[in-house]
Amino acid sequence: MWRYVGRRLVLAIPTLLGASIIVFAMVHLAPGDPIAAVMPVDASKEQVEAVKKAYGFDQPLPVQYLKWLGRVVTGDLGKSIATRRAVILDVRDALANSLVLAASSSLMAFVAGIALGLLAAFRQGRALDKIASGIAVIGVSVPHYWAGIILIIIFSVQLNWLPAMGAASDGGVVDYARHMALPTIALALIPLGVIARVVRSAALDVLAQEFVLALRAKGLAHRRVFTHVVKNAAPQTITVLGLQFGFQLGGSVLVEAVFSWPGTGYLLNLAIFQRDIPVLQGVILVLATFFVLLNLLVDVLQTFIDPRIARH
Amino acid sequence: MSVVALPQEVSTVAGAPMSYWRTVAWRLARDRATLVAGAILLLIAVSALLAPWIAPHDPNAGSIRLRLAPIGGATHPLGTDEQGRDMLSRLLWGGRMTLVAGLTPVVVAFLVGTVLGVIAGYAGGLTNTLVMRTMDVFYAFPAVLLAIAISGALGPGLPNTLISLSIVFIPRVVRVAESATVQVKGLEFVAAARASGAGVWPILRHHLLANILGPVLVFASTQVSLSIILAAGLSFLGLGVTPPAAEWGLMLNTLRQSIYVNAIVPALPGLAIFVTSMAFNLVSDGLRDAMEIRS
Repeated sequence: MWRYVGRRLVLAIPTLLGASIIVFAMVHLAPGDPIAAVMPVDASKEQVEAVKKAYGFDQPLPVQYLKWLGRVVTGDLGKSIATRRAVILDVRDALANSLVLAASSSLMAFVAGIALGLLAAFRQGRALDKIASGIAVIGVSVPHYWAGIILIIIFSVQLNWLPAMGAASDGGVVDYARHMALPTIALALIPLGVIARVVRSAALDVLAQEFVLALRAKGLAHRRVFTHVVKNAAPQTITVLGLQFGFQLGGSVLVEAVFSWPGTGYLLNLAIFQRDIPVLQGVILVLATFFVLLNLLVDVLQTFIDPRIARH
Repeated sequence: MSVVALPQEVSTVAGAPMSYWRTVAWRLARDRATLVAGAILLLIAVSALLAPWIAPHDPNAGSIRLRLAPIGGATHPLGTDEQGRDMLSRLLWGGRMTLVAGLTPVVVAFLVGTVLGVIAGYAGGLTNTLVMRTMDVFYAFPAVLLAIAISGALGPGLPNTLISLSIVFIPRVVRVAESATVQVKGLEFVAAARASGAGVWPILRHHLLANILGPVLVFASTQVSLSIILAAGLSFLGLGVTPPAAEWGLMLNTLRQSIYVNAIVPALPGLAIFVTSMAFNLVSDGLRDAMEIRS
C-alpha cells in the first residue's frame, strides 16, 4: 500500500508541472504584447526594450519558464500590475476567505446530499425517491450564480433578513455568519445534487449485491443492514466528496462575484476586469495546486479505507 | 407428461427479439420525464432558431422612458430590461447565442476527443501515455477555473468562449473514448477481425467506432448542461459575448443591479438558463437509461 501511495505522489509531479506550463502560457495567450499593460502609450522603443529586458521577456520561452518556475516554488508570484502589491499576499488573504466559504458549503452539501441519496436508494421507485432525485437534478442543473441572485432577491431585497454583499466589516462572528449564509447556500446546490446522485447509485449497487440479501435472510435488523450498505458505499462516495470540495474552491468564482465575497473568485474577477495577468496567474496556480494535492489526498485516503484499490 | 414442443405460432407472436435501437426507442417512448424534457428542449431550440421572425421587437432597440417595465404588459409581455429593451425579444435572441455558445464546445470536444481517445486507446504504448498524461494536466483545474483561466487570458468574445470551453471538454471526452476503446479492443471479435487480415481502418470503423460511439455520445450529451451554464457564466463575468448582443448570462449580469427596482424581470434570463440546462440533463439521463449505459 505504501508503494502505491509513493507512486501516486510521484505521479502528481508531472501533473503539477503541466499545470504550471498552462498557467505560464496564459501570459502569452493574452492578445498583444505582455508588457503593453504596464507601459505608457508614448514609450520610446528603447524604453520598451529596457522593460522587456527587466522582465526577462527577451529570453527564449523555455528559459523564461524555468526562471518563472524557480521564483514560483519559492513563493514569489510576482507583483500585481494594478496595485503593485505582491500577488502572494493578495492570494493568501483571498484563499482564507474562499476556504471558509468552501468548507461551510461543502459541509452543507455533504450532509444534505448523503442524506438525500441514501433516502432515495432505500425508497427506490417510491415517491420519496422521486422527490429526492428531483431535488438532485435541480441541484446539478441550476446555474449557481443565478441561484445566488434569487437568494438575494428573496432574503435581502424582499424579506431584508440577510446582507446581500461582502464579508463582515466589524469582525463579529454573528455578522460574519450572516454574510456567509447566502453564498453558502448558493454554492452548496451543485455538489448537493452531484453527491445525492452518486450516493443513490452507489447505495443501489450495494443493495443489489447478494450479501445484502444474505444479511436480510439471516434476519439482521434493518438498521444493521443499513450500516453495511453505508460502509460499502463509502469509498466511492469519498472520492466524490473530495472532488466536490476542490470544485467548491475553483467554482466559487461566479458565486463570489455575485456576493462580492472577498475570496479568490472575487480576486480573479477583479484581475479579469483590470487585465491583471500576474494576479490571474497567481490565483489560478494556487487553486490548481490545491486541487491536485486534494485529489492526491483523496486517492491516498481511499486506499486506506479500501485496500483493494491499491492492488489494481 | 411428455414434453410438448412450443407451438410454432407462439414463437412468431413473440417475434424475433427487438433490435437494440428499437428497444431504446421503445423505452424512450415510455419515459414520460424524458419526453417532456425533450419537448421543452425542442420548443427552446425552435424558438431560438426562429427568433428573427417571431421576436415582437428589435432586441437592441430600447427606450429610456420604458425601463424595467413589469411583466404582463400588452406590448412587452415579459417586461423590459434596464435600457427599456423588450425582454421577450431579447430572451429569444439570447437563446440563439447561449445555445450556440453552449453546444458548439461539446460538439467540437466530441469530434476531437473521440479521435484522440480512439488513437490513444488503439495505439496503446507511448502514444497512449503521451495523449493521456497530457489530458491529465487539464484535470488539474476544476472546469470553471480552467474556462476562466483561458478566457481570462484570451479576453472577451464569443470565439474565445468557444475555444476555452472546447479545451475544458476535450480531455473529458478523450478519457471516456479511450477507456471504451481499450475495452472493445480486448474483445474477441476484434482479435478475430485482425486475425482474418482486416486492416487498421476497417477495424476502427466497423468494430471500434460502431461500438464506442454510443457511450461517448451519451457522455457528451451529459456535458451539454454544464457547457451551457459555463458559457452563460463566462458572459456573466464579462468574458463571453460582448454587449449589446443579447445572451442569457450577459443579460443576467446587466440586469442584476436592477433587482431593487424590479425583482421578477432580472430573474428571467437565469430561469431560461436553468430550464434549458435541466431539460438537457433530463434528456441525457433518459438516453443513458434507455441505452443501458452505466455512467
